[in-house]
Amino acid sequence: MDVLTEFYEILNDPYAYGQTCRDEKKKKVIGYFCSYTPEEIISAAGAHPMRLFGTRGEIALADQHLQAYSCSLVRGALEEVLNGRLDFLDGTVFPHTCDSIQRLSDVWRLNTNFRFFADIVLPVKLDTDSAKEYMVDVLRKFKRDLKKGLNCRISDEDLNEAIATYNKIRDHLKVIYGLRSKNPGIITGGDVYSIVKVSMIMDRNDLVKKLPELIENLKTRNVSEDRRDRKRVALVGSICDQPDIYSIIEKSGGVVVWDDLCTGSRYFEGIIEIDGDPIVSIAKRYIERQICPAKHVSLTARGDHLVAMANEHDIQGFIFLLLKFCEPHAFDYPYMKEYLEKENIPSMLLEIEDQLPAEGQLLTRFETFMHMF
Amino acid sequence: MVTKLKVILTLCFVKIKKIMLAVKKKKSMKEIMTVYYMEAKTAKLSGKKVAWITSGGPVEPLIAMDIIPVYPENHGAMIGASKMGVDLCEKAEEMGYSRDLCSYARSDISCATVNGGPIGGLPKPDMLICCNNICGTVLKWYEIQARYYEVPLFILDTPFCHTEYSEEAKKYVRRQIEEYIAFLEEVCGRKMNYEKMDKVGRLSVEGQRLWQAVLDTATNSPSPITAFDAFFHLALIVTLRGTRIAVDYYKNLLEEMYQKVDKGIGAIPNEHYRLLWDNLPIWYRLRWLSNKFADYGASLVADTYTTAWCGTLKYIDVDNFLDSMAEAYSRIYLNIGIDEMAKNVIEMIDKYNVDGFVIHSNRSCKPYSLGQYDIQKIVQRERDIPCLVIEADMVDERNFSESQIATRIEAFMEMIKEQKGSWSRNSNYTE
Repeated sequence: MDVLTEFYEILNDPYAYGQTCRDEKKKKVIGYFCSYTPEEIISAAGAHPMRLFGTRGEIALADQHLQAYSCSLVRGALEEVLNGRLDFLDGTVFPHTCDSIQRLSDVWRLNTNFRFFADIVLPVKLDTDSAKEYMVDVLRKFKRDLKKGLNCRISDEDLNEAIATYNKIRDHLKVIYGLRSKNPGIITGGDVYSIVKVSMIMDRNDLVKKLPELIENLKTRNVSEDRRDRKRVALVGSICDQPDIYSIIEKSGGVVVWDDLCTGSRYFEGIIEIDGDPIVSIAKRYIERQICPAKHVSLTARGDHLVAMANEHDIQGFIFLLLKFCEPHAFDYPYMKEYLEKENIPSMLLEIEDQLPAEGQLLTRFETFMHMF
Repeated sequence: MVTKLKVILTLCFVKIKKIMLAVKKKKSMKEIMTVYYMEAKTAKLSGKKVAWITSGGPVEPLIAMDIIPVYPENHGAMIGASKMGVDLCEKAEEMGYSRDLCSYARSDISCATVNGGPIGGLPKPDMLICCNNICGTVLKWYEIQARYYEVPLFILDTPFCHTEYSEEAKKYVRRQIEEYIAFLEEVCGRKMNYEKMDKVGRLSVEGQRLWQAVLDTATNSPSPITAFDAFFHLALIVTLRGTRIAVDYYKNLLEEMYQKVDKGIGAIPNEHYRLLWDNLPIWYRLRWLSNKFADYGASLVADTYTTAWCGTLKYIDVDNFLDSMAEAYSRIYLNIGIDEMAKNVIEMIDKYNVDGFVIHSNRSCKPYSLGQYDIQKIVQRERDIPCLVIEADMVDERNFSESQIATRIEAFMEMIKEQKGSWSRNSNYTE
């Protein structure tokens, strides 16, 4: 079977895939929501880390616990667990990010009954020595929690082996992004998104074998449609579980060539050194990686990152995808917009609640934006 | 031009001195706060530095360093109470800030650019101190102000205590207290006087104990104080914690409360029902809400908000203030899991002998509001008292629907009346 077809089959029913991991591979499945989840430690414990998203269905049960002014990710995720769709999980882990996820963790802990539950109360600032040490300390604590909760052993060899696998996966994803940036015609944005998404869901030992196959295929692929003349844009935001957005952008005359998304470059950026204490190395990647706006490294880190990205990948415009009620991103938007304006880089803002706006309307907005440059 | 400005400032300064002398005798809240803000606004003249600090942040080292603390959140409350919130929030929205963001942050961010609001804007900061024990919002807000004013920002990162204050967190926060002091020393160009710090720590604890004692007078029936009074008297334990001024003020206030208790004077004329308030006040409707509840003979005797400034006294060792404050500031009400919050609420229900629980679901404050429904369920399971949820916002009046809230209050009070049943004082109420 074609690698992409296989990926789409998994994405079609990730929960069934999770159940299979549990039944057939006898792996404990640990759900998570955030790119600050140390998946390497979970994998080293012999468990399977699986990213959770919101819901595609109606929200009913979650309304009993969370106000309508929480974001669709938080409400949707709670809906999924309360209606039993996540019963295949053995547990969940909540790294500390924003106020909403912080409270979702409490509500989750009090209203679910999985075998394993952990908060990883990460530092919020990443620019001081004490914060860096604390990062190492909390990751060690998580390793202890996991060993105790799953009744398993985690050796440094296990950790290094897992790190090597994740390094390869991250490198492969970056190569795919690079190939697309170089030649946007070889793959659609929707496909690239799906590859990143499946990377957070699929068994990593299987994934790491599939990605090189895909890359080889991409390298030899004939460009069916030349997207090289299209306007080169990048997406900025938290999660964007809306694959349709890529095709609408493509229809409007643009093409997504890079991003700063939690379900995008923030997931794969940064390689972990395999040298010395593996937990220290894992912490180091988080310290050095491009941040989520719920974290702090400097006053302009995110703006600088966008400008650098624009230069490196020849990006002509940025589309800010703002998940409604997402505070860290909403607070950063005005300054980032201004930051880009100083560099004469246009940007637009698209607020998303749980679904994309109607396609026609969205297409018009994108077309207007593409005409700006 | 410059000379003219200097003359005006000098006149202001003389006036402050005069008012300060007057305050020593009278000590009304209004006068203390006027002096405080005037002193902060003319800090350049007195050579003092101004630090903006979050409401849950450790102010004591600032007081010990003779730095004037200024609270954008207190400013937000003033903006809300003077009903200037909508205008400033809309200005922030024009600047690109989403309407879904915290209304304190929105109004402060736009106010800084226009020097608007009830006091013509806050004095420009020399530094910003952001402690995230109350929310993640303050981090973003202070980053914005640090960029705007181009001043140094210190972040005191207090890891969230979902179920515990971990050893790891303890070590991290304690180290940051040292970093905090080093930061202040660098910005001010002088060393911390630890003897003074010790005194300030003692005054802070004394102030907090007095504030708790003031709130505790609400255990009396009728209660001499309501949450609405507490929202007003709160200003000093927030802004001038660690000073003699706050201690003196609360001593007087406590005396006043004791006198009321002795005479059996309640804060509202006919206290038949006793309620507990959750979340920040709805600053622009304080009087309306206060009257509304009082009409039903309901006194909001206590709240989870104003106790936040004395709720962690149990962790403080007055002889070892700096070490122990690390834990106290990390374990405040908003930095703990909702099960522990519910435990606190139940303790308050018992302590203040409360008949009903009023929950302000505040769009502006996610750490306070998300989880309230679960707290409500726990409270109803453990204590079986009626609960009311008011959907609103602390500053942005556009999120307040008066008729809907009035209807809900009416239904809630009916439930309380029913629950109380043949309560002896009920008959008095129906007269």
